[in-house]
Amino acid sequence: MQWLPGAVGLLLAGLARLVTGAQGHWHGGPPKAEQRIYFANHQSHLDWLLIWAVLPRDLRASTRPIAARDYWTANALRHWITREVFNAVYVDRQRSEDQDPLEPLAEALERGDSLVMFPEGTRGQAGLPQAFKSGLYHLAAQFPQVALIPAWIDNVQRVMPKGELLPVPILCSVTFGAPLAPPGPGEDKHVFLERAREAVVALDAVAA
Amino acid sequence: MGALEELSASQQVGLLFVLLFGVLALVTALAVLRSLRESGPRDAERGRAARRELRAVWAGAALFWAAWISGPLGATLLFGVLSFLALREFITLMHTGRSDHRSLLLAFFAVLPLQYALVANRHFDLFTVFIPVYISLALPVVSALAGDPERFLERNAKIQWGIMVCVYGLSHTPALLLLQFPHHEGRGAFLLLFLVVVVATAHFVQQGLVRRLPRRPVARRIDRRFGLRAWGLGALTAGAVGGLLYGITPFRAGPAMALALLASASGTLGEFVMQALKRDAGVRAWGHRAAVTGAVGLLDRVAALCFAAPVFFHSVRWYFHAGM
Repeated sequence: MQWLPGAVGLLLAGLARLVTGAQGHWHGGPPKAEQRIYFANHQSHLDWLLIWAVLPRDLRASTRPIAARDYWTANALRHWITREVFNAVYVDRQRSEDQDPLEPLAEALERGDSLVMFPEGTRGQAGLPQAFKSGLYHLAAQFPQVALIPAWIDNVQRVMPKGELLPVPILCSVTFGAPLAPPGPGEDKHVFLERAREAVVALDAVAA
Repeated sequence: MGALEELSASQQVGLLFVLLFGVLALVTALAVLRSLRESGPRDAERGRAARRELRAVWAGAALFWAAWISGPLGATLLFGVLSFLALREFITLMHTGRSDHRSLLLAFFAVLPLQYALVANRHFDLFTVFIPVYISLALPVVSALAGDPERFLERNAKIQWGIMVCVYGLSHTPALLLLQFPHHEGRGAFLLLFLVVVVATAHFVQQGLVRRLPRRPVARRIDRRFGLRAWGLGALTAGAVGGLLYGITPFRAGPAMALALLASASGTLGEFVMQALKRDAGVRAWGHRAAVTGAVGLLDRVAALCFAAPVFFHSVRWYFHAGM
């Protein structure tokens, strides 16, 4: 059954393409096999699947999503899909005293994997993304050699609004921008996070 | 001609495709030769546009062939997928809202497959009324159950219209393949080819005349290039071509000409209506928003067929006293 995760992955990517068109626009340079952190606006459960489907197939294996451990390991199916198909990095939402919540992410980056982050933390309503959480800053400061790629996901909230179970076929796109400069030596955390957020929002104009 | 008539229906259809692809190959070869001596940037631009058109024609011909060899079920499935893609493109540009979610699910996953299932099983009576009668009631009911009164009529009209054009209209194309005539069994492909040829003729003649005729646009804000004279001449030319092609249809020359005139006139008018719709949605061509949505401009290609096919289908059935 070793082929099963790969087949399920292809099936899911195919479904994403059928429902959303899954068009990727690489404005900041072509997709490359280098270590990257993609960060994007977050509107729907489908966001991750869309980014994943847009990536070239050989990059999918090394590009990993971040999954909340309590939700995505709650039953066998969710656990299997996130572990075997997507190779997700699990993080704990409950913060414990002695553990850094970013540790699993740092581990993945040390292994050379790429990550996809939604720094808003939660799915926003349609419109502009909310303020970014600080995880992106800490990882970017700790791994300055990893390229930071902003991405804007368009139209997904129409495909599957919050609270609905089935997706409606509507064309969506993911626009990738040019790499963002890592935080400078004296750059304040909030200044960097706002810069990152603006890089994502700016892609909306490029897309339209 | 005598030798041709002795061939079986499937041999005749085979010959038709050999001819079709032969002509296409010839045109492509000519286009390649011409592109070798292109000079200025204007030539290059025109060449690119022509190549795009040519690619679309190849794709259309390949689709037509695939529809034929895959039999009734395959043809229906193929056009069902096409319908799905066209409706997806249409809905993307219509700015539907949250409370339309259930109605859209109904449209994509119930109406569309049911309509094509009716075609595949040749339930032509139910097929012609299923959407205009039953779905035009079911859709607003589902929408009302969602409990959002805001712009109710507008929202429902958009979806209803999308279904009428992209599902109802387009589903008449495979229906033509499946119509059975006395003494004309198994030759549905000729009927479809007849329709496509006359509609395309009207389209290209109209486009060609628009540049040359002194034009008085009737609706400047919708389409600068649409003029009644070019439209009429396009339809008349298509009618004449239809009359010449009567040999491949079950009709005599006169009726063939009249049917061609009717179908091609509705096709080009349908394109004009779609133009108005695109203006309303704020795009020039459906494919124009490709940068955002990945729309491939499929609707642009099938719009004429969506409007011409139902008109043609029904007039053909009338011609045979609706007895199919």
